[in-house]
Amino acid sequence: MIVGITARAAGTDAPVEQRFGRAPYFVFVDTETGKSESIENPLVDAAGGVGPRAVQMFSEHGATVVITGQVGGNAARALEAGGIKAYAYRGSGSVAEALAEYTAGNLKSLSLS
Amino acid sequence: MKITIASGKGGTGKSTVAANLACTLSRSREVALVDCDVEEPNLHLFFPGSTVDVPVTTPVPEIDLARCTFCGECGNFCRFGALSVLKDRILVFPELCHSCGGCVLVCPQKAVREVPRTVGRVACSCPIPRLTLISGVLNEGEVQAPAVIRAAKLLAEGHPLALYDASPGIACPVIETLEGSDACVLVTESTPFGLHDLRLAAEVVERVGISAGVVINRSDGQDEETLEFCRERGLPILMTIPFSREIAAVQNRGGLICRDLPGWEERFAGLFDAIVKIAGVNP
Repeated sequence: MIVGITARAAGTDAPVEQRFGRAPYFVFVDTETGKSESIENPLVDAAGGVGPRAVQMFSEHGATVVITGQVGGNAARALEAGGIKAYAYRGSGSVAEALAEYTAGNLKSLSLS
Repeated sequence: MKITIASGKGGTGKSTVAANLACTLSRSREVALVDCDVEEPNLHLFFPGSTVDVPVTTPVPEIDLARCTFCGECGNFCRFGALSVLKDRILVFPELCHSCGGCVLVCPQKAVREVPRTVGRVACSCPIPRLTLISGVLNEGEVQAPAVIRAAKLLAEGHPLALYDASPGIACPVIETLEGSDACVLVTESTPFGLHDLRLAAEVVERVGISAGVVINRSDGQDEETLEFCRERGLPILMTIPFSREIAAVQNRGGLICRDLPGWEERFAGLFDAIVKIAGVNP
């Protein structure tokens, strides 16, 4: 399973970013292999509509779970349609710590249904 | 002749000036008054009457799922996030679409076509003799104000004299309203905010290349900074409306000072003469 986490920098030691579509980096972690891939978000300074566009990027990277602070209405609709579950991490920890919280079942779902 | 009434700052009295100018001119000639403040049109408050409505549509993408391969080209191209391409489906957010048509062009499968979507309407009425009121109305939650402004202005085409009441600010809706105008009246108030936004508006009007003059509204008689700015920029003061309880009272009950207070019809006629002078065209 691939989990996408919004982050302020690259790598799993980077702090989690609360914003979804305008997070500076997306860190994708393959939970089976433990390998991670960080990509710089090109949408940081985009004019608008970043939510659905970010969802397309998560979908392209094969993510089925997203960990972030919060998501907007359009992004939530797109995540729902794409079968990607979103979970809220409101702490100030790293990507790795947020992933551990998710694995432990401590994160609240942000999904519509 | 086409005249835009703009301001920069909101609430300075654009609609007051536009409505009184239109009413004054309608005593002697045909005039089309176009409400281009489509997010919050209000000129109908001065001129109530029954309207004929024309819908305004803009093209938005529709996907032919028989052809779409979910390659993602359209979603990557759209900078407004109106298309989100997922593994086995594609989401269209029509309210985010700016109708650029790019998705149709980039689709390698020719799976995207454009369909009309209603974003607003133009309401037309003849509330008093010789005055045609054309109000653009953008539906709530929509972003495409320029499309509605274009439609409203189009319906006023052919009228020998059109007054465009712009929205506040200096963004796309104001530029769209200014387009094709012979002159622009900038309405300001004698406050620091009024002057700050007048500077911005004056710069925009200059860039668009339209002659402009200034109306100072709610003047407390101490307009030195505004006057100095206008002198520097070569902007003539076309009219000054004092800060007066009597004027506010007429305005608050939806009245027109050119009709309800003595002397103002003449002053608005004088304003028109001054505008004609800066426009340099035959009225």
